[in-house]
Amino acid sequence: MEITLNHYIILSSILFVIGAYGVLTRRNLIVVLMSLELMLNSCNLAFISFSYFLGDLTGQIFMIMAITVAAAEVAVGLAFVVLIYSHNYSLDIDILKLLRG
Amino acid sequence: MTEAVVFYIFAALCIFGSIIVVTHKNPVACAISMVLTFFFTAVLFILLRAQFVAVIQVLVYAGAIIVLFLFTVMFLNIKEEAMEFDAKNIAKKVTFLFVIIAVTGFFASKLVLNSGPKPPNIENFGSVESVGRDLFTEFLLPFELTSVLIIVAIIGVVTIARRSKGT
Repeated sequence: MEITLNHYIILSSILFVIGAYGVLTRRNLIVVLMSLELMLNSCNLAFISFSYFLGDLTGQIFMIMAITVAAAEVAVGLAFVVLIYSHNYSLDIDILKLLRG
Repeated sequence: MTEAVVFYIFAALCIFGSIIVVTHKNPVACAISMVLTFFFTAVLFILLRAQFVAVIQVLVYAGAIIVLFLFTVMFLNIKEEAMEFDAKNIAKKVTFLFVIIAVTGFFASKLVLNSGPKPPNIENFGSVESVGRDLFTEFLLPFELTSVLIIVAIIGVVTIARRSKGT
């Protein structure tokens, strides 16, 4: 029984969909950010598996870039979380409807 | 055969861990199970002969990002949220998304396999040496641009944090 590219793609899409489910349904801002990280992680898995099955290192380079972007995103996102919490003393995502003009 | 066993075990653990991340009420438990999910994904990376990237994954994700998450959760002393799923038709939407992604991935993999299955025949595929050589020759400009991105993120975070202190 051989593990093919399709196995990895199915696994990656399952992980992506679980992350999307978390983003859509959770109400805590921090957990929403965590689910975003899960989605990025599943994309990384797809990059690495394509890189392996094509015998090309470019996918791994891209994945390193994606990790960098994820780290920057988390830093900025958590700074916003702290800011929102210090304004409202809550992290419920409904607070963000104040952004509506 | 061993490869298949390892793949199935760690794929199941990945899915299990990420389900806990999106369903558990306590944010600290979410963060801990996220560490586990990233570890299991790193094992899959090693299975795909991406050793350097697996180490980077553990260092950056499990080491830096999760610590940042845990620090924020404990700093803000967040209580457990009220779980209520008010989103309508969520199962239908999520299934739709899964079908789209899986079909797209299936065609993409067809494309890859049609161009001939090429197992990595490069010596030390995915080692620090080969990845580093590519990173510093062919992809030098994007690599430098990511450092610019990091600097912009640092400056942005400092600015945001300062403004919150002033008001």
